[in-house]
Amino acid sequence: MTDETLTVEIWRGKDTGRFETYQVPHRQSQTILDVVTWIQRHREPALAYRFACRVGMCGSCAMTVNGRPRWTCRTHVSKVAASGGVRIEPLRNLPRIKDLVTDMTPFFEKWQTARGRFEPSATRSEPMAAIPSDDPERRIVDAGIECINCGVCHAACDVVAWNPDYVGPAALNRAWTLANDQRDGDRAGVLKAVSAAGGCHACHTHGSCVEHCPVGLNPTAGIAGLKRMTLSALLKGGLS
Amino acid sequence: MIEARLYLLQRGSAMLLAPLVLIHLGLILYAIGDGLSAAEILGRTRGSFAWAAFYGLFVLAAAVHAPIGLRNLAREWLAWRGRSVDAAALVFGLVLLALGLRAVWAVIGFGIGAGDGA
Amino acid sequence: MIRRSQRHLGFFAALAHRLSGLLLALFLPAHFLVLGLALEGDTALEGAIRWADQPLVKMAEWGLVVLLTLHLSFGLRVLVLEFMPWRDSRKAMIGLGAAASLFAGLLFLFNLG
Repeated sequence: MTDETLTVEIWRGKDTGRFETYQVPHRQSQTILDVVTWIQRHREPALAYRFACRVGMCGSCAMTVNGRPRWTCRTHVSKVAASGGVRIEPLRNLPRIKDLVTDMTPFFEKWQTARGRFEPSATRSEPMAAIPSDDPERRIVDAGIECINCGVCHAACDVVAWNPDYVGPAALNRAWTLANDQRDGDRAGVLKAVSAAGGCHACHTHGSCVEHCPVGLNPTAGIAGLKRMTLSALLKGGLS
Repeated sequence: MIEARLYLLQRGSAMLLAPLVLIHLGLILYAIGDGLSAAEILGRTRGSFAWAAFYGLFVLAAAVHAPIGLRNLAREWLAWRGRSVDAAALVFGLVLLALGLRAVWAVIGFGIGAGDGA
Repeated sequence: MIRRSQRHLGFFAALAHRLSGLLLALFLPAHFLVLGLALEGDTALEGAIRWADQPLVKMAEWGLVVLLTLHLSFGLRVLVLEFMPWRDSRKAMIGLGAAASLFAGLLFLFNLG
């Protein structure tokens, strides 16, 4: 279908708006981001969307494509447009700004709520902690550390949609890596943060985050780990 | 830490309920084999400390487990949050506990002569 | 309404788990009240059990057995996922749960006859 045109519907507006339809030349190895860029360059200069690296590292180009959250720079048109058309919308579960751009502020604020930030236990003048790469805790951290903060899991998560307090899979995945990081200076603080309302215990293990994560992480497993860790802290009286 | 405690109660009661439900299901499927009757049920349970303990524990675990699930459902699907939903869940749990223990009392029938009213 | 992003087995298992839990929770008070009839003597309980012989009520009972098995199976799925080392057999577990419910439902039907 290299020479065919592609029918693409794109959300224009903010919370109220409409889908505009565009005819886009279909090329080989074309990505959804290519399609959006073509429309912006050739048909709709005012179309707002966000991207930076184009190679799946920066996590800024995630959108809803045919009903599923995806990283658009690594999503080939041929993979999602098997049945013909493509419909592109902004990510769910985040406030909209314009067209395909969402406000990521609440997403990153929730990382802070979940204590998803490193608290140093040493200063830069002290020697660097040597942690062997085959250390069991380090292996756990390694399994979750490659998150690119794209917000796809956050948009896919049902509990995020249902429970406004829920910090979501990305924030909890980060908290999980810190709870296992021997260099972190306040690991008990992470457990306290994720035990508050909207923390790890709100997760119902649907696994939508695992299903959609573009880099193949497993936030559900990390959240389950946090649940076990916080329960044992709770039973030992370490949470209060 | 209320959510963490509710989670503990929910999963803890689930672990307790799992084997109890399995036995309950087995008993249902066995008991309906030759038709259900009050005499058959009560013949099994009347005056039995073992069944009293089994069903008493069952009722207690269910009265903890069900209201927490309903509370989650109300908060997430009906957007009913805050103290009122917590109170409603607590009341539902207490009602379940009271009705359940009354039912156990009824089928064990300590103090009721076997075959009374039959 | 079920969105595209929800069309995966984990979501359907969770949905079935929640809905079966809701129906079971609503059924429990009635179940307890019927058993409580034994307080009034065997005849009262026997009356309720004979009332339940109607085809429609029997069908509802069949539904309850299936719901209970479903809730048990999908609840065990959650416990396994949350409390045991992660395995990539999430979907197999869901299939197993659905099969167990079907099996319990069939057993119920055969035993009735």
